[in-house]
Amino acid sequence: MAHSINSGFSAWLRRDLLLAYRRRGEAASPLVFFVMVSTLIPLGLTPESARLAEVAAGMIWVMALLATLLSVEGLFASDYQDGSLEQLLITPQLLPMPLLGKITAHWLTTGLPLTLVSPLLGVMLSLPAAGYLPMLCSLALGTACLSLTGAVGAALTVSLRKGGLLLSLLVMPLYMPVLIFGTATVNFAVDGLNWLPPLAILGALFAASVALCPLAAAGALRLTSAN
Amino acid sequence: MSQSSLIKVENLAFERDDSCLFDNINLAVDSGDILQIEGANGSGKTTLLRILITALQPSAGKILYKGCTVTDCRYQYLSDMLYIGHQPAVKQTLTAEENLRWMVSSSAKSNQLAINDALAGVGLSGYSDVPCYALSAGQHRRVALARLLISEAKLWYLDEPFTAIDKQGVSYLEARLQEHADRGGAVVLTSHQDLALNNLRKYSLSAPAGQIA
Repeated sequence: MAHSINSGFSAWLRRDLLLAYRRRGEAASPLVFFVMVSTLIPLGLTPESARLAEVAAGMIWVMALLATLLSVEGLFASDYQDGSLEQLLITPQLLPMPLLGKITAHWLTTGLPLTLVSPLLGVMLSLPAAGYLPMLCSLALGTACLSLTGAVGAALTVSLRKGGLLLSLLVMPLYMPVLIFGTATVNFAVDGLNWLPPLAILGALFAASVALCPLAAAGALRLTSAN
Repeated sequence: MSQSSLIKVENLAFERDDSCLFDNINLAVDSGDILQIEGANGSGKTTLLRILITALQPSAGKILYKGCTVTDCRYQYLSDMLYIGHQPAVKQTLTAEENLRWMVSSSAKSNQLAINDALAGVGLSGYSDVPCYALSAGQHRRVALARLLISEAKLWYLDEPFTAIDKQGVSYLEARLQEHADRGGAVVLTSHQDLALNNLRKYSLSAPAGQIA
């Protein structure tokens, strides 16, 4: 039984990673969005590094949040259309494990790349040197939270034809704490304060999301598939 | 009540938006049975199948698997069951082999040899590394149907398995269904075709209200 629970996780993780690899262009679009918008900010706002540094953390975090939100919509969409989701719902294994596999694949293809390119954007937005490590840590944890909570919203809206707007409305309030403590982590570090407390709260949010979101998404999928 | 019935459906009903799609459905499927569900378009064949695989909740009635309701012995029921839906769950960007490997990943027999054999069995041996978007509609369905050659599930639920399949493919599939039933398995399928099978039973759903039967 333990084996079958795990195989549900790894089978779906591998499959979604392979799918993302086959559609590299599409999978890279959140990253392209993230980088593009962040390069526009100095042009639109001000090229002055002192003023940019003030908004850098917030801007990078908002972009990361929007990029994740854009991509999370498609988490179940194609599986719903081609019948894979139905197959998932009737696997004898516990549903949350394959879902966690899917969500992990989503994070590895969006959240992790976003985190890894964020230092580059930090340079573009003249983020002070003290902010880089906290930014990497907070983005790594925070984007995982965003993928997890986004999955619940995606599961709830998967059967709607135009679920995108509803998904944003549903998920946005849940994204607020992540955004607040994510930017706080970076700003605390830049201001020379201890940045571990807000990061610890992000960690707590992540722990809660890992435990609860796959369950909630599983419930939501069962609910929406009944229509 | 015969305890030997593999599947027993009692007084099943399904309502959607306050209109009754079907009610009072009683069925029994035993080992060795092939049950063909017939009915006009829109009479609820797919819905009935989706209720049987527990993807949909019936409005009333119950489904018994070996005498125990499917909600009570869900793990056992789902482990013994294989469902190929109208949407074949074939990923366009994956190759036939990758699709099949993922579909059977929970099965014990999911080794490379079995996968190659299954693809050869459905006539796709030369296509194992071609992405599925390059395959025809019938070949798509063959990828999904290749699962039947690997699966050890006792109960097969097939929704329109013959769609887009050529004549040769249909007779091959019929032989495969017959073989499965002869080995003690059971098949429930929806189809409009007349099938050349022994121990085939038919169940007709009445036409939806407001339509000429």
